[in-house]
Amino acid sequence: MAEVRLRVNGADRRLDIPPQVSLLDALREHLGLPGTKKGCDQGACGACTVLADGERINACLALTVQYADREITTIEGVDHPLQEAFVRHDGFQCGYCTSGQICSAIGMLAEHKDGMPSAVSEDPAAEGEELTDEEIRERMSGNICRCGAYNGVVEAVAEVVR
Amino acid sequence: MTSTHNTTREPVVGAPVDRVDGPAKTTGAARFAAEHDLAGLTHAALVTATVSRGRITGIDTSAAEALPGVVAVLTHHNAPKLNPPKRVSPVNMSTMVSGTQVNYLNTDEVHWDGQPVAVVVAEHSHAAREAAALVEVTYERLPATVDFAAELPNAVLDKGNMLMPTGAKKGDADAALAAAPVVVDSEYSTPQHHHNAIEPHATTAVWHGDELAVHDATQNMAWLRAHLALRFGVPEAKVRVLAPFVGGGFGGKGFAWPGVILAVLAARATGRPVRLSLTREDVYRTVGARTPSTQRVALGAGRDGKLTALVHTAVTRKSPVGGQPEPAVTPANHLYGAANIRTGQSSVTLDWIPNTAVRAPGDAIGSFALESAIDELAYELGADPIELRMRNEPERNPIDGKKFSHRMLREAYELGAHRFGWADRSPEPGTTRDGRWLVGTGVATAYHPQLRLTANVTVRLAADGSVTVRSGLHEIGVGAATVQAQIAADALGVPFDAVHVECGDSALPEGAMAGGSMQTSSVAASVLAACRKLTRRLDTLARRSGTAGRTPAEIVAAAKVPYIEAAVGSDTRIGKAAGQARFMARTARDMRRWQKAACGAHFCEVRVDADTGEVRVSRWTGAFDVGRVMNRKTAVSQLRGGIVMGIGMALTEEAHVDPRSGRIMNPSLSGYHVPVHADIPPIDIAYLDEPDPTMPLGLLGIGEVGITGVAAAVANAIHNATGKRLRDLPITPAKLL
Repeated sequence: MAEVRLRVNGADRRLDIPPQVSLLDALREHLGLPGTKKGCDQGACGACTVLADGERINACLALTVQYADREITTIEGVDHPLQEAFVRHDGFQCGYCTSGQICSAIGMLAEHKDGMPSAVSEDPAAEGEELTDEEIRERMSGNICRCGAYNGVVEAVAEVVR
Repeated sequence: MTSTHNTTREPVVGAPVDRVDGPAKTTGAARFAAEHDLAGLTHAALVTATVSRGRITGIDTSAAEALPGVVAVLTHHNAPKLNPPKRVSPVNMSTMVSGTQVNYLNTDEVHWDGQPVAVVVAEHSHAAREAAALVEVTYERLPATVDFAAELPNAVLDKGNMLMPTGAKKGDADAALAAAPVVVDSEYSTPQHHHNAIEPHATTAVWHGDELAVHDATQNMAWLRAHLALRFGVPEAKVRVLAPFVGGGFGGKGFAWPGVILAVLAARATGRPVRLSLTREDVYRTVGARTPSTQRVALGAGRDGKLTALVHTAVTRKSPVGGQPEPAVTPANHLYGAANIRTGQSSVTLDWIPNTAVRAPGDAIGSFALESAIDELAYELGADPIELRMRNEPERNPIDGKKFSHRMLREAYELGAHRFGWADRSPEPGTTRDGRWLVGTGVATAYHPQLRLTANVTVRLAADGSVTVRSGLHEIGVGAATVQAQIAADALGVPFDAVHVECGDSALPEGAMAGGSMQTSSVAASVLAACRKLTRRLDTLARRSGTAGRTPAEIVAAAKVPYIEAAVGSDTRIGKAAGQARFMARTARDMRRWQKAACGAHFCEVRVDADTGEVRVSRWTGAFDVGRVMNRKTAVSQLRGGIVMGIGMALTEEAHVDPRSGRIMNPSLSGYHVPVHADIPPIDIAYLDEPDPTMPLGLLGIGEVGITGVAAAVANAIHNATGKRLRDLPITPAKLL
């Protein structure tokens, strides 16, 4: 067993867990925060996306012990205009991928603000390029929505960013 | 509806109302089946078979049992005895809900690669998973038939039934084909498709004595409850199934697959609450998929493009332990006024988990073959593919001359062509180029027949003006609760915000399953009927108390009662039997009288990389005749969702099955590719909004029609872009090079 101290949604949390427990299982099973979803447990769907010091990560691929003393933000700790925008633009249907889409979008907006390019950026060295719909789609492609609410997600993100 | 009470306000039916569960789903508050915390909760994991057919000769559970935190390892040696599933009976529709006929952990027989052979229960999920990996199973392998392609010569013609007709005949299509001046005759094939709802199937089960409560990811609470009662030998009244939120279904959660049975079994064996959350790989191996298919479409026509012969035959697979024919030839029975028609459906039997419904069973894959063939004929004739379709648009149902309840395919094509700019298309393949991209456009027809189930509903109007609609309907992402609240609000003349819909619980009046695009219309009919009853009651009260013309809340308050209530249908045994008899009688009557379906026209633009064969879908317009639309926002989303899944079917989705072992080789979202954000352009949706006169409020179900025809529209656009005709899905770059 390993003793881990975490900061989750602004609160100090202590856990005594085997070292192989993923951050996702720690959140869902040990910390009573099931808002973060498990879709594949292998980093392929993005449903488990959370923010670690503001950076988006797949919680299923993260070992809890590696995130000691990092600031973790889950959907339960998110208060962002994107949430209402998702409802207005119908950026979800069943809602199971939604926590991950929203956390991912928040992390993505920060990446873009920091000048991080994507595979579709015209000039990877340029700063302050507009976040086009194509850029949003590319940068959000780690988050699968099987209901197919992609258009609504892009509209919601675009509305918040512009 | 005429009423004495005050209903003057704008209707909300048809308006783009936000989903009522939006806040719960965007804040993480919505609780799905694996997210209910119970005192003493344990976690289960499955061990699945690695042979397609055989007998278990030994199971060594000692290492698993020795692992700290393990509560129990259940196998066929120590699992509680279960009643076997019932054979499917038309008298009791809930018998259809069993995914397979196998009595899991009550037998040493293995019927498919992936059948669960043990369940580990532990204090935490990581311990359960680790222990499951330590269970050693040995098998005696028996000869297994697993190769779909090799088995095709042994296909047997299916009979079909009223709800699932599998073939039809008009005139002599083969003779007409032989005599036709223009013929296209091709084979098409589609692979095995998996639902891949992002929420893997999950169950949280708890027994209190002989009372069972099950939180399950299900599209079908009522039938599941009946099935669990049967399997575990308790009265139905002792079983409660809860599913307030379900993380997508697409047919995959319509039946009772091993997971839910084994979670309940493990809870009974251990005396502890059990949560079983399938791994993504478990979902591939223990939940049925869409069968692969091979299809022949042969069209004969005159030089004028009038069809003289239409032949569509299909072979799909089922299993010795369940499954059903996938009615791929349905669209061919209804879409074209050919003079002679022959359609037929056959099956091969493979040692596989039974096939199951995946969004638009039959129609999704059948429309790929038929709508590709029509495009081939148009090219052969040098005709515009829309014009060719309109030349063969029938006045009545082609195979039997029944009336259409409603059909506006012609108008859908006109609307879509205008929005898409079809007139600017170059009909000659390979002639439009944009840098390294070959650009092409294609069309195809969408078509999905309609059925309606019965649903029990109560509607309560309280003195504070609030309205509660209670029905065991399923919120799997379709916006069901939102739409029923809109319907009740208009029917009673109360504000939308005053209506609350209670759903997702088998303790509520029995609703309808969420499948076959049936739930919304089925429940809507009952909500309307209940609201009508309530309105009559309100009118009586108003007359008695002299409050005519006042608001419903004022009328109830003046009557000095806390609320008034109206019910439609009954959950008693007799009430349910009567409901089923009503369903059968109405379905039989409807099917005699008219052919009823949602339809539409897909317009697609693709860009194909001339060097790599990569296909990008760059533009889409879908124009639909889906009757009257209840909610502009959620309806557009549903139709788009079908198109997104269809794009996956066209370009990437395919389970790779080892033809020697029968094992799925890519049981993951990194091996089985579903569309992601970057694959999906803005999808333009238009609809005619003309009511179907035979449906409640004129609505037609929209959950499935969107996916039908999509793969053909893509394939037709690829032909227009490249001149290459691809008849085998998915259309991967390798096939285009």
